[in-house]
Amino acid sequence: MDCRQAAKRARVHVRTCAILAWMHELSIAYNLVEIVDAAARNAGAARVNVVHLRLGAMAGVVEDALQFSFPIAATGTLAEGAALVIEPVAVQVYCDRCAAPQTLAPPFVFRCPVCGQPVVRLLQGRELQIEAIEIEESAAEKEADVHATAHP
Amino acid sequence: MQPRILEIRQAVLDKNDRLARELRHRFEHAGVLVVNLVSSPGAGKTALLEETLRRLRARTWRAAAIVGDLATENDARRLARSGAPVRQIETGGLCHLEADLVARQLEGWNLADFDFLFIENVGNLVCPSDYDLGEAARAVLLSVTEGEDKPLKYPPMFHSADIVLLTKLDLAAAVEFDHDAALANVQAIAPHATIFETSARTGAGIDAWIDDLVRRHASQVARPGGGADAGA
Repeated sequence: MDCRQAAKRARVHVRTCAILAWMHELSIAYNLVEIVDAAARNAGAARVNVVHLRLGAMAGVVEDALQFSFPIAATGTLAEGAALVIEPVAVQVYCDRCAAPQTLAPPFVFRCPVCGQPVVRLLQGRELQIEAIEIEESAAEKEADVHATAHP
Repeated sequence: MQPRILEIRQAVLDKNDRLARELRHRFEHAGVLVVNLVSSPGAGKTALLEETLRRLRARTWRAAAIVGDLATENDARRLARSGAPVRQIETGGLCHLEADLVARQLEGWNLADFDFLFIENVGNLVCPSDYDLGEAARAVLLSVTEGEDKPLKYPPMFHSADIVLLTKLDLAAAVEFDHDAALANVQAIAPHATIFETSARTGAGIDAWIDDLVRRHASQVARPGGGADAGA
């Protein structure tokens, strides 16, 4: 989605959108909402209440910027008004010398924090993954369920 | 109404990742080595690419370029001077290139006509790191004028590099560039990356980087079945 479309959908001025586009978190948020909206629609949901996201410390995504962008991207979709719950994922590498996984702290120097050996294998920390969504089923779905239960 | 939990377990950039895998497959089948060039604005991507295209062509390699630019066609014009086929992606405010933007630029090109294809990304050390473009190698540039600690400030990008090029080495003395500190910082974040020290102006180090690209091209072509999905 380009800036103009995004601005139209979120009902904000194009200039605001041009500024936002500089944060790739907005573009990430659109990708996120697209997946969530489609999944909710397929499940016959009326709306999405919560989106659970796993976010690696080295995913290159700023949590605050993503939280800021999410409602803009969600406008006019089933995810409008949903809460975005972010589970942070630490950067973990495998140290061959220690033969064990180790956790790195920022700025993520790729050396084993225990023995100092350079490490190449990244086990986790680049995640940007939708884990689950909490949805409310639509009244029609609900009725169909009741109907199905009443007449098995 | 009873809320329900629906498992998704899908990467947010899944669509881009899948398209990038398809592109990688196409590139490998066509025998073209694709390099994604990323750096901050003004680190010298276009100058490096201009010189690289010129020298590759002088060695009779067939090279082409796709260049992403926010607003202007200046970079594409500069690169076209090398005689190589060049296409421009006007990103219109987008801060990075995505696989589908690259795919659209490929239309009408026969990839088998190229040995090398360079994608000059938008000048930005943050956003492009998440977007796989189907490249065989990602080259991250660090100019001596930017300061030695750039890799420590942008670990996601530098860690994703297969190749790191120090650029504008001809200016190193003028800016009191701490060469050892810069190398140590690159190695700290990207211990797996191959490092080249270059100056597009004097030509220093450019042949070494080209030799490396030629080696990568040879090993990609030699891989059975084009080595599909390697490095995905």
